[in-house]
Amino acid sequence: MTVQVNETNFAQEVQQKDGLVLLDFWAPWCGPCRILGPIIEEIGDTVEGVTVGKVNVDENPVLSEQFGVRSIPTVILFKDGQPVEQVVGVRAKEVFLALIEKYKV
Amino acid sequence: MEDVRKLAIIGSGPAGLTATIYAARANLSPIVLAGIEFGGQLMTTTKVENYPGFIEGIDGPELMNNMMEQAKRFGAEIVYEFVRSTDFSKKPFVLKTDSNEYLAESVIVATGSTPRRLGIESEQRFWGKGVSTCATCDGAFYKDKIVAVIGGGDSAMEESTFLTKFASKVYIIHRRDEFKASKVMQERALNNEKINIVWSSEVVEVVGDTFVTGLKLKDTNTGEESELSVDGMFLAIGHEPMTEPFVGQMELDPRKYIVTEDGVHTSVDGVFVAGDVADHVYQQAITAAGMGCKAAIMVEKYLAG
Repeated sequence: MTVQVNETNFAQEVQQKDGLVLLDFWAPWCGPCRILGPIIEEIGDTVEGVTVGKVNVDENPVLSEQFGVRSIPTVILFKDGQPVEQVVGVRAKEVFLALIEKYKV
Repeated sequence: MEDVRKLAIIGSGPAGLTATIYAARANLSPIVLAGIEFGGQLMTTTKVENYPGFIEGIDGPELMNNMMEQAKRFGAEIVYEFVRSTDFSKKPFVLKTDSNEYLAESVIVATGSTPRRLGIESEQRFWGKGVSTCATCDGAFYKDKIVAVIGGGDSAMEESTFLTKFASKVYIIHRRDEFKASKVMQERALNNEKINIVWSSEVVEVVGDTFVTGLKLKDTNTGEESELSVDGMFLAIGHEPMTEPFVGQMELDPRKYIVTEDGVHTSVDGVFVAGDVADHVYQQAITAAGMGCKAAIMVEKYLAG
């Protein structure tokens, strides 16, 4: 499942969520983001035990600032509401699957 | 028995993927060691307007994604691993990644080049935290902030001009007292009132806490040090070939490019080359793709004996 995450629902969708959330920081003007986007969304659709969220950095500058996002795409993995891994740039699906596996209980 | 591939291709930019498409269609069942981030330098560009076949141009990442899908369609095996070291002294050739070892009868090296870094420790510490090599990727995070661009060539001029769309002030910091950029590009930058030039200076340290807050500069004539407050530093000091895994395994020139007499063969029989890693002259997507095609055809001949 993929959720649109913004500054209003961040607490509910990410911070207070048990388990794993993979958060994809992106923008419409970012070419690499358009390649990574579908990879991350596919993980949301097919992998058990992880929720995928998308953050549009143009619309949510406070969230980007809060997590130190200065380059996109950036993907942050949250476990029980806490950021545990941060990946900058386009990576293959396998890279994210390995991270999810590492933090899965 | 260990699994020996007919052909391993290192790299997944236009050179590596074109080689892959040709080799896969020739039934060489290539394995592609695509790197952790695939697609090469075009992944960080915007519109590519000079690659033939696209009337209105095409986004670099989209072009690379297309090449990747095309390569997969012909049955190429892609692994997203980065080759750390090689052994070309015996056959089959050995390629080592962080997690695996691959054996191959022939190899195409298409690792390309990477934006040059200053090579100071603090630059690494602030990577992605204010230090960048890609204005088009990261520029928008510097709205109303102050940034510095390091370099004096065309790309430094281009990046600086681009960054003025967001930043309140852009410094260009250059080691010399003149630019080597083309006249047109220089004038565009010099006439932009948001751009300030800092001549004859080099960065000795990047300063900050979590993010960059400034740069320590040294005057290249007097040696005098000074500090400049900036929120970001963009490097535009050229590129260097990615030949680290091949040092001692094949002949490299003094600038670390792979030596090739005809643009295809290397000093090792059975190891071929394509793209920017052997080309410091043209460095275009289309020339890299052309070299990839040539390398694949030569591999086919080589394997046929």
